Amino acid sequence: MSDFDFAVIANNLPFLMEGLQLSLWLTFLAMMGGIVLGTLLALMRLSGILPLSLFAATYVNLIRSVPLILVIFWFYFLVPLALGRPIGNFYSALIAFTLFEAAYFSEIIRAGIQSVRKGQAQAGQASGLNYWQIQRYIVLPQAFRNMIPILVTQGIILFQDTSLVFVVSLRDFMTVSSIVARTEGRLVEMYIFAAIVYFVICFAGSLFVRRLQKAKTA
Amino acid sequence: MDYNWNWGVLFTDPYLDWLVMGVQWTFAVALTAWVLALIVGILVGVGRTLPSRPIAFICTAYVELFRNVPLLVQMFLWYFVMPELVPDDMGRWIKRDMPNPEYVTAVIALGLYTASRVAEQVRAGISAVGQGLTNASYANGFSVAQTYRYILLPISFRLIVPPMTSEFLTIFKNSSLALTIGLLELTAQSQQIAEYTFNGFEAYTAATVIYVCIALLATIIMQVAERYTRIPGYMGSR
Repeated sequence: MSDFDFAVIANNLPFLMEGLQLSLWLTFLAMMGGIVLGTLLALMRLSGILPLSLFAATYVNLIRSVPLILVIFWFYFLVPLALGRPIGNFYSALIAFTLFEAAYFSEIIRAGIQSVRKGQAQAGQASGLNYWQIQRYIVLPQAFRNMIPILVTQGIILFQDTSLVFVVSLRDFMTVSSIVARTEGRLVEMYIFAAIVYFVICFAGSLFVRRLQKAKTA
Repeated sequence: MDYNWNWGVLFTDPYLDWLVMGVQWTFAVALTAWVLALIVGILVGVGRTLPSRPIAFICTAYVELFRNVPLLVQMFLWYFVMPELVPDDMGRWIKRDMPNPEYVTAVIALGLYTASRVAEQVRAGISAVGQGLTNASYANGFSVAQTYRYILLPISFRLIVPPMTSEFLTIFKNSSLALTIGLLELTAQSQQIAEYTFNGFEAYTAATVIYVCIALLATIIMQVAERYTRIPGYMGSR
């Protein structure tokens, strides 16, 4: 294979774009779900109520010690079994990613909550706010402001991770690229193209994170 | 839920063998790639902190490149693309005669990818030592090489042991990506057992339990290492 044929990319552009759209959509939804669940897990972990914090700690440590691919296989197998009927690959993948990423987000959010000084919550208590009001109006807003750069970084990692839905043939950008590569017999061009697209998006994301960090310290 | 439980299936022939072989491949890939990642990662991480601008630039470019492309894509680049881009004779050798092509490719891809993460830890460790010690060392007439050999590296290597624990765990988890190029490591074997026996629950549970054990084992080993390498008086040490 001496000569490159990059026309293969132009010819399949709509198909590739559909894949990229699915990747971005999956990233966005899993990130939203992961942050919500991660916040709950972090609050459970810090609640001081033993069963809750034990459950959260076990969940987080369990998820963090297994590979994402195994988690994808788990849910690809479990979700249809639990529901008693097949649902699309997309929903199995979305559930797997949300539950997997929640463990990582919860560790970030836990650190964020701990970075808010204790006096803040105590002042809330002294003002007569209840637990949820303190979290909602005082602790979480400050915690999330501190965490934004790390959350975006985790979002970039999540975007890279979505390429792993390849193992269950869900048509994300990676799977679509490899379908084109095989049907057109252009493996070299397609995988280099995929690498460039991922690099541009993730590198732009990490430059954005750097700007956020600078804005925070300035 | 309709499901036929059969935990015994894990201990029948040939499925037990498959699991054992899977564990062996997971360890083989993860440990070899870890050695490669340490060597390259330390060189690149040190390179980023050197006063020479071209070297620092190349090393920074390495880290950005390998960190911003998904590992799966890198795996495919090494497996499908690299043999086409090297000179013909070499490409033919890689495709036809190279022993264990999936294993070698997985180690290279995983090793070089993890090296970029190791490099970041090394760089952070060196900058955590502080400019003061570096200046003091130059003021005493140490060369750049001597400063690294006697001051920066001995301290920073001990500082980065805790963050390296999580990288060491991650490499075991990431070794599962080798299944995408056909290496039958632990995750692949459990999936294969699930497909052959329809006992997915048992197969995936077995893999999960083994990964958790690996994580516990690695954590214990690294905790011992942390105790011996801790520097009294530095941040995070007691």
